[in-house]
Amino acid sequence: MSDVAVARDSSSAMPEASIEPFTVTLIIRRFDPEVDAEPHWQDFDVKMYATDRVLDALHQVKWEQDGTLSFRRSCAHGVCGSDAMRINGRNRLACKTLIKDLDITKPIYIEAIKGLPLEKDLIVDMEPFFESYRAIQPFLIASDKPEKERIQSVAQRAVFDDTTKCILCAACTSSCPVFWTDGQYFGPAAIVNAHRFIFDSRDEGSQVRLDILNDKEGVWRCRTTFNCTEACPRGIEVTKAISDVKAAILRGNPGLPPSDLTLTPVSA
Amino acid sequence: MTTIDAPRSPHTPATATRKVNWEKWGWIYMRASGILLVVLIFGHLFVNLFLGTGVRAIDFAFVAGKWASPFWKVWDVAMLWLALIHGGNGMRTVINDYAHGRGRTVLLVLVAASVIGLIVLGTLVLTTFDPCPAGAPGNLVPSFCPVNSK
Repeated sequence: MSDVAVARDSSSAMPEASIEPFTVTLIIRRFDPEVDAEPHWQDFDVKMYATDRVLDALHQVKWEQDGTLSFRRSCAHGVCGSDAMRINGRNRLACKTLIKDLDITKPIYIEAIKGLPLEKDLIVDMEPFFESYRAIQPFLIASDKPEKERIQSVAQRAVFDDTTKCILCAACTSSCPVFWTDGQYFGPAAIVNAHRFIFDSRDEGSQVRLDILNDKEGVWRCRTTFNCTEACPRGIEVTKAISDVKAAILRGNPGLPPSDLTLTPVSA
Repeated sequence: MTTIDAPRSPHTPATATRKVNWEKWGWIYMRASGILLVVLIFGHLFVNLFLGTGVRAIDFAFVAGKWASPFWKVWDVAMLWLALIHGGNGMRTVINDYAHGRGRTVLLVLVAASVIGLIVLGTLVLTTFDPCPAGAPGNLVPSFCPVNSK
């Protein structure tokens, strides 16, 4: 009763008092290759609501304060994987990080993901990342012609379900301290996408991919620091997937569950 | 007539010659030796520091008494080899991660040299240890030696 009275009272006194925007300070690591020799930090104040995302803050800077700020984003809803960046020292998607989940009493530090060549501001060259992605042959390898469905049981599908969620944002690979050292390591994202096909019962290229990842720069360089699992915006258990691949290499095969489907013709 | 190249060349694994995959065996060694070392080291600490009168029991005679038994010689040789190679391999991976070029080679050689040196010296001591060497004067060997009991 009294709550309602207070709410009505305050709304009549100050309309929309409860949704006033507040000021958030962003400190963004800027780099313009045509001007700067080294990246430098620059701070911006933006008016934000608690429900806004870091991407909205970046938009406000770019659209209203400094149009030279460069960053990638496409869908802005956590599906395309374009806007992975380092927010307060952790790799996050700017479009999935809410302002209210950050400590806004302090400035928000935003920089490009690490370990890949910096091109401008928050944009890095993703080519080394996609190169190791291509190296693990991320496509179905099957000898039979696609004339009918390739049937798979629920249990067989469940084995690689987690790794189908990858959006190739590079948050995991660019959070990996082994990848930072020399960039030769395949990286968590490539191994996750290899996992997606190695453990797919319809695929016949598992042995090829296990051989590729048995390389000097393959899964054995993983130090299980769990940075990748912590960074993944899709919640993929990346380190577990890498361990699955290690176990499959030691076994010599993926060890898939047998098909439990009984193919009885459906009677009409 | 133009011929069209195969859409993708098949991957030829680097291990086609079936040479030993050191990274894989190194990884397996770290796990296997780690489990053994947990048993060996805690067994060592328990026997040396806890059983009987505990840490006060350790002197030359205590060590000589342990090494009179082949069981403890095998135990200590196993601990020496497993621990030094385990530690050396760990250092190797750290160096491979963080050092580059000539510095990496120098550090790897240093680690290998110290591991091999310590294993050779330690194994030499453990296999040839004799608390009462023949012909040694009584004031240089412990009191329980035959030369002092005469």
